[in-house]
Amino acid sequence: MDFWTDLLQAILQTALSPITAAFVIAAIGLNIHFGFTGLMNIGQAGFMLVGGYGFVISVMYGVPLFLALLISVLASAAFALLLGIPTVKLRGDYLAIVTIGAAEILRMTARLANLTPFTGGPSGIQSPRFREQLNALSPLPEGRTSFLGLEYVNTGVDDWWTRILAWGLVAIFLVFTWLLIRSPWGRVLKGIREDEEAVRSLGKSPFSYKLQALIIGGVMGGFGGILMSLPAAINPDGMGRATTFNLWMIMLLGGAATILGPLLGSILFFVLRLVITSVASEYIPGHVLSAQQAEILAWILIGLMLMLLVIFRPQGILGNKKELAFNV
Amino acid sequence: MSSAPGYPYDRELLRQNLKTLDQVPGVSKPDPILTADNVVRRFGGMTAVDVDHLEVQRGAITALIGPNGAGKTTFFNLVTGFDRPNGGSGSPAASWSFNGQTFNRPSATKVARSGMIRTFQLTKALTKMTVLENMLIGAANQPGENLFVGLVKPLWAKRERENIERAEELLKRFKLDAKRDDMAGGLSGGQKKLLEMARALMSNPSMIMLDEPMAGVNPALTQSLLAHIEQLRGEGTTVLFVEHDMHMVRHISDWVVVMAQGRIIAEGLPEDVMTSPAVVDAYLGAHHDRDLGDDDVMNTAMIRTIEAAVEQEAKEEAE
Amino acid sequence: MNHVQMRRPAKRQVTLLALFALLASLFALTFQSLPAHAADCVPDAQTGCIQGLIKTSDGEPAPDIELALTGSGANGTASTDANGRWVFSVTRAGEYTVTIDQSTLPAGQYVKSADSRTVQVALFESVSALFPLTDDPTAVSEPELAEETQETAPADEEDSETVTAPQTSAESNFWPRFWQQGASGIRIGLLLALGAVGLSLVFGTTGLSNFAHAEMLSMGGILAFLFMQLSGNIWLTGLIVIILMAAAGWFQDAVLWRPLRRRQLSLMQMMIVSIGLSIVLQNIFQFFFGASILRIDPSSPKTVTLLGVTLTVQSYIAMGISLVAIIAVALAMKYTRFGRATRAVADNRALAEASGIDVDRVIRLVWTVGVAFAGLSGMLLGLVLNGIAWNTGWHYLLLLFAAVILGGIGTTLGAIVGSMIIGIVVEMANIWLPGDLKHAAALFILIVVLLVRPQGLFGRKERIG
Repeated sequence: MDFWTDLLQAILQTALSPITAAFVIAAIGLNIHFGFTGLMNIGQAGFMLVGGYGFVISVMYGVPLFLALLISVLASAAFALLLGIPTVKLRGDYLAIVTIGAAEILRMTARLANLTPFTGGPSGIQSPRFREQLNALSPLPEGRTSFLGLEYVNTGVDDWWTRILAWGLVAIFLVFTWLLIRSPWGRVLKGIREDEEAVRSLGKSPFSYKLQALIIGGVMGGFGGILMSLPAAINPDGMGRATTFNLWMIMLLGGAATILGPLLGSILFFVLRLVITSVASEYIPGHVLSAQQAEILAWILIGLMLMLLVIFRPQGILGNKKELAFNV
Repeated sequence: MSSAPGYPYDRELLRQNLKTLDQVPGVSKPDPILTADNVVRRFGGMTAVDVDHLEVQRGAITALIGPNGAGKTTFFNLVTGFDRPNGGSGSPAASWSFNGQTFNRPSATKVARSGMIRTFQLTKALTKMTVLENMLIGAANQPGENLFVGLVKPLWAKRERENIERAEELLKRFKLDAKRDDMAGGLSGGQKKLLEMARALMSNPSMIMLDEPMAGVNPALTQSLLAHIEQLRGEGTTVLFVEHDMHMVRHISDWVVVMAQGRIIAEGLPEDVMTSPAVVDAYLGAHHDRDLGDDDVMNTAMIRTIEAAVEQEAKEEAE
Repeated sequence: MNHVQMRRPAKRQVTLLALFALLASLFALTFQSLPAHAADCVPDAQTGCIQGLIKTSDGEPAPDIELALTGSGANGTASTDANGRWVFSVTRAGEYTVTIDQSTLPAGQYVKSADSRTVQVALFESVSALFPLTDDPTAVSEPELAEETQETAPADEEDSETVTAPQTSAESNFWPRFWQQGASGIRIGLLLALGAVGLSLVFGTTGLSNFAHAEMLSMGGILAFLFMQLSGNIWLTGLIVIILMAAAGWFQDAVLWRPLRRRQLSLMQMMIVSIGLSIVLQNIFQFFFGASILRIDPSSPKTVTLLGVTLTVQSYIAMGISLVAIIAVALAMKYTRFGRATRAVADNRALAEASGIDVDRVIRLVWTVGVAFAGLSGMLLGLVLNGIAWNTGWHYLLLLFAAVILGGIGTTLGAIVGSMIIGIVVEMANIWLPGDLKHAAALFILIVVLLVRPQGLFGRKERIG
């Protein structure tokens, strides 16, 4: 019985975790790329890395908080332009190849030993080293708070303040996306996803719209990167291709081209993973399946699910098959 | 360019004017809306289009005909910016002017914004959007299509209401109003053609370019399509269309341009140009496939000319 | 996989048998310990080396001293050989600690400074740690700064006494280095070409950007490792690998890709499916073989110096085989019926179909041949890099795509030329860019090509629309 109450507790903890929120935001960005515009970005982790390190390094160099945020946003936007300008006029797979390559190269760069003074190398940078300004903004009183059986420091490292910020940002980005998608701008985006030529023949520039979408989604990825670094540390391997593939799973699971898909997908994804790994480690003895093997097995499952989702239910849970277009 | 130019249209008068012109390729028109020069496109070793000079009369319905592979659609694509002309090696660079604007390798977006809207041979209805959404995306004046304006609904809501009104009007005219909220993918082929035409009209273009408007359209709809095109002209919109259906060409066009092997080989009034020796040669050379296969398509004068040509050839061979 | 299916046509039986053989060998392997780190280590994209030379106080090599490696998730022991050399190869960059086992020191010898060294090693790097010995038990001094970093030390580095200054005198070292890297570039280029041909052919005939193609390279290498364990004969192993990989290609198309084409999945969906497949395969490899490097040929590689370039014997042979295979493909594409049919399908599928070409059969054959070549490429890569790991193919994915796009996607000649250029440029870039960052050079080329000439060197413009 104890195992199950603990599990429930852990589920709640996971569902509210700032990491989950970070994935929601990055997945919203990816959804703007792929779901709404049809851009194959398989390097969203690269955007997270650019945005995250842009923020963290700026703060470490003493830049004021909001200026650091601006730098982070500009860095993500510049990354989007760098990858987008050569590719978005071409077939969809070119963007895919360039994004996945660039994301991996960025990760390798961030973990270079020579760059340790800036990036912290492979082990990254612990969050207490860049959270000071952020914590100073916290309106919460000192101390600890217990809520729904979860207890954290009010303001510290893995704290309530980060959770409030993270889920507040999720709410803001959800509303922002909703505003964008219901607008005529969003309509043009959907048109481009369906048939670029048609939209071009009506006097809109798909190139410009695609770049705008790439920038917006990329900046959201950047915010995801910042949030992900707040609870513990920023580190390059946390923003590798595994993260990108998780984001794809989240987006496709929840439903590409839906507003709430990334939110649902993210919570569901993490909770499911948690349940599977806890149940597995509880009931399958360690000598049959070591923790590391379980992790690998989880990845095999993720890959399989990605394939099956795309083949049999490309619209995900919330999506409407009639409205989702998969075009190259 | 937001409203139709209101060209003082009188079909008889226009025809009178056109009648006075020399019926030769590249002839200048009294009031051209589109002038194209040196438009050349090569694919590998083959020259698909090589047009020295072409003028399109404002307010008229001009048909662009020619045997298969004559380069009609390629020329269309070039003029509308969907394809880029080759830089002439030795020959002067391509340029064309539309409604006072001069273009030199423009983007399709720019061409469309200047008021020249095209449709496609294979319809490009946005199938997973509703008919109304398709229409609204055709409007050119919606400020909400800017990212920042789009975020604030009050800045674009009024224009949206106006556009919806206009869209509903057009849909009614094209008898699509019942389908307003259906997905465009559910429409029939002919309805998609109509939708595409209606969508093109959302921005009040001064010229509309139709690529084979009749292809794949159910015969029952043909008549109404023709009426719509004539109505466009009645409202002062210039129409240029590519068509295989000679019946349609003869029926509604004011002027006919004939292309063969990438070049313009003849221009003239519909009743005259069909019989010009160059045209007959071009079609015979192309083994007069389905374009002229239909009896209805050929007028008697044309048949006589062709027969004469065949006899002539037979005689020459006999000698 | 039960007996019922034995009634299926012969081809399927072959594939099933192949799978069975694979599974059986996997089982055999789990009970068999992998060979310990061999006495040599060649740094490459998946390997970093930590090495050193231990000499007694009177300058003689000190054999049979045991050392232990810990850190960054690795554990291992090694002992010095007759020349006093010891080496650890590691598969992850990071901090490692090497500890000398004092009890194994020759009598009367003591470690002069601390008995352990902590070094920072990156992939494609060779790091030395020094353990100077003394005969004076009281002369234990402060630890010296005992790390030197050499990048991609050629396997024949002179038995330097105690490694002195790192190679900073760029002037004198630049040209030899240049030649050496150029030769590695040609080597990688040839192997890439072998892998890229399949990627390009599949793209040409089906339009699919197959992200799982890189895993075919890994699979080829891993199969080579398995059959080398079983047979011990490298040539026989090569033959088996090619046959099995061809079967894998055939099977893949039959089970996955053709049904998906039948379902009329869009290319974008198929591409995501290929990403999913890539994840699945990589993790299956890792599940069975762990993160360790699998040495296909466990004997320590011999090197040959030709025209001032030092490469392992395996490298020369691999280059020769690739060259022959590539020429064969190029000729086959030009002169055989299959080649012409493939080009026709790539050119215009509908037209090819109308003119009586069995498009599905051509595509099946393209998969078979393409994957077989990828497998061969993977095996040769494993020999040249002196080991293969679950993610070796992944490291070459970007290079493969860059090569194919540079050459002109869908053209065989383009894939070959593109691979050579990418291989050479990337290896040359290694002179200035550390480790895996050399891949940035490939990305840079890719971006420039897409900006300037997106159809690639040999491609036609119409393809990219």
